Amino acid sequence: MEKRVRILVAKPGLDGHDRGAKFVARALRDAGYEVIYTGLHQTPEMIVSAAIQEDVDAIGLSILSGAHLHLFGKVKELLKGQKAEDIVLFGGGIISDEDVAELKKIGVEKIFKPGAPTEEIVSWVKKHVKTK
Amino acid sequence: MHKKEFTTISSRQIERLYGPEAMGDFDYARDLGSPGEFPFTRGIHATMYRGRHWTMRQFSGFGTAVETNERYKFLLHHGQTGLSVAFDFPTLMGYDSDQERSEGEIGKCGVAIDTLADMETLFSGIPLDKVTTSMTINGPASILLAMYLVVAEKEGVSWDKVGGTVQNDVLKEFIAQNSWAFPPEPSMRVVVDMIEFCTKHVPKWNTVSISGYHIREAGSTAAQELGFTLADGIAYVEACVKRGLNVDDFAPRLSFFFNAHNDFFEEIAKYRAARRIWAHVMKERFHAKNERSLILRFHTQTAGCSLTAQQPYNNVVRTTIQALGAVLGGTQSLHTNSLDETLALPTENAVRIALRTQQIIANESGVVNTIDPLGGSYFVEALTNEMEKDALAIIKKIDDMGGILKAIAIGYPQKEIAEASYRYQKQIESKEKIIVGVNDFTVKEDHPIEILRIGEETAAAQIERLRKVKQTRDAHKVKQTLAALKEAASTNKNVMGPLIECVRAYATLNEMTETMRSVFGEYRDPAIF
Repeated sequence: MEKRVRILVAKPGLDGHDRGAKFVARALRDAGYEVIYTGLHQTPEMIVSAAIQEDVDAIGLSILSGAHLHLFGKVKELLKGQKAEDIVLFGGGIISDEDVAELKKIGVEKIFKPGAPTEEIVSWVKKHVKTK
Repeated sequence: MHKKEFTTISSRQIERLYGPEAMGDFDYARDLGSPGEFPFTRGIHATMYRGRHWTMRQFSGFGTAVETNERYKFLLHHGQTGLSVAFDFPTLMGYDSDQERSEGEIGKCGVAIDTLADMETLFSGIPLDKVTTSMTINGPASILLAMYLVVAEKEGVSWDKVGGTVQNDVLKEFIAQNSWAFPPEPSMRVVVDMIEFCTKHVPKWNTVSISGYHIREAGSTAAQELGFTLADGIAYVEACVKRGLNVDDFAPRLSFFFNAHNDFFEEIAKYRAARRIWAHVMKERFHAKNERSLILRFHTQTAGCSLTAQQPYNNVVRTTIQALGAVLGGTQSLHTNSLDETLALPTENAVRIALRTQQIIANESGVVNTIDPLGGSYFVEALTNEMEKDALAIIKKIDDMGGILKAIAIGYPQKEIAEASYRYQKQIESKEKIIVGVNDFTVKEDHPIEILRIGEETAAAQIERLRKVKQTRDAHKVKQTLAALKEAASTNKNVMGPLIECVRAYATLNEMTETMRSVFGEYRDPAIF
């Protein structure tokens, strides 16, 4: 049987707004992906260690707290340290265009803005995330 | 396009026309009563906005206490009548700014408060006997209240003159908002400690703001917002009665906090039903005698989740409709969201438009001239009855489960909300529900708008403030007061007295929460999706 793409949906930091993360987790699962949802209040270390342990192909971070530059940066740095840069990093949240550009620079592949439809997220994942 | 089904935003079926038959066996005195009279469906005061407008209270806070203090003075200068403090995530969760867990979050979503010194700065030059303050804090609410009381005391304002609110609604944290400090049971104990303390020493303080706002933001329907919130309210009253408090001694200081979403009439019906249900619950279930125990006072905030990042100026219009609904529903205070809040914290310009929206409703629209102008409308009365029926069914279900703590433990409200949120999102994606600028009436390119940025220099400044406090305080005194706090937490002594002593000694927020966590333990969410 062909290996299914595995995605870790995570809520880093102290932000408790999980409506979007839960929705995206469920939408990706409904689209046929294997989804692991970390739950709330995860440190970057916890997220990267879960990603490696679960052998995921991508990590999606949902951040609505304004701490996105720090948290994406930290996760990316830890992935590098673990030589796990082949894990695709994407996300969404309350993030300004200026910061989206900043995040692209550090290697975050895609940021979905508020109101992004599932269809857009699923088709992006289909195109950009493959099994390793 | 001709639609087959006409439903509210919460998927409630709406008829083509409502007439007298829609109101059932309507009885004016029994179902509505005059404003200020049981069951308060038409409002809690005999004069409502003819006597006084609602309190215009903009939720605000960012950066360090220095910056937020300036924003408060700006808002008061522009005619705002009460303060409402937004804390940053570390503060909401009981962490200090110098901890690793706080990195990247300091001052981002609200103001950073670590010790009494920050609270002194936050309220510097603001007369605490004249301005009332609402603080959105839950897990560590007792600690922030202790800080506020010590600041008042230092300003020479006695505690019986201090007025305000702490949200302190820990139950909805486990249901929807997810900022907790301790597990559910000890969280409830601390809430009751605080209510007991305020009943004796801070009689004008609103002890819990029982909140549906976050439940709705997490994706619930209007009826779920109402049902879960009132069930939480019942749980607080039960816990206090169990402690031995007299219901009429504390119930008048409980207040509520609801969302104002887009569906205009459904929201108005929700507020009217809320008042009626609560009056009956307090009278019949808890045998309250004091009329003030029966009235449901509430704050409203327009729906943050309804705002769109696309064509953000449209948000001003959404907020206006929502605010008007809250006013026609008889709110006691109101926060209107700013147009840029799907992108960042609001700029001063955006906040001013939001505040002006309320002032225009109050001073120009004429809706304040008469009380409950929609009362007696076939449609609104029918909707109010339906809302009441649905909320009571939810409350009954929770009663049957053994109360809201049991329901939370099995994930009942959490699952129901996630379900409703998923259903709604699907309706948007199938265009069954239209969101202007998102799934219809879109434009290729939006004009960028001005954004407030909180730089990393805030964190450095805050960590430095904290370092200075730690350096100059009496370390022995801190140790002593924390030990007394631990002793109270491990026994059944009220924690408020010891917390106030810790605050006076400039113990940090995290030193206090950690001390209590060492007794109470920690909570992890069940991660249901």
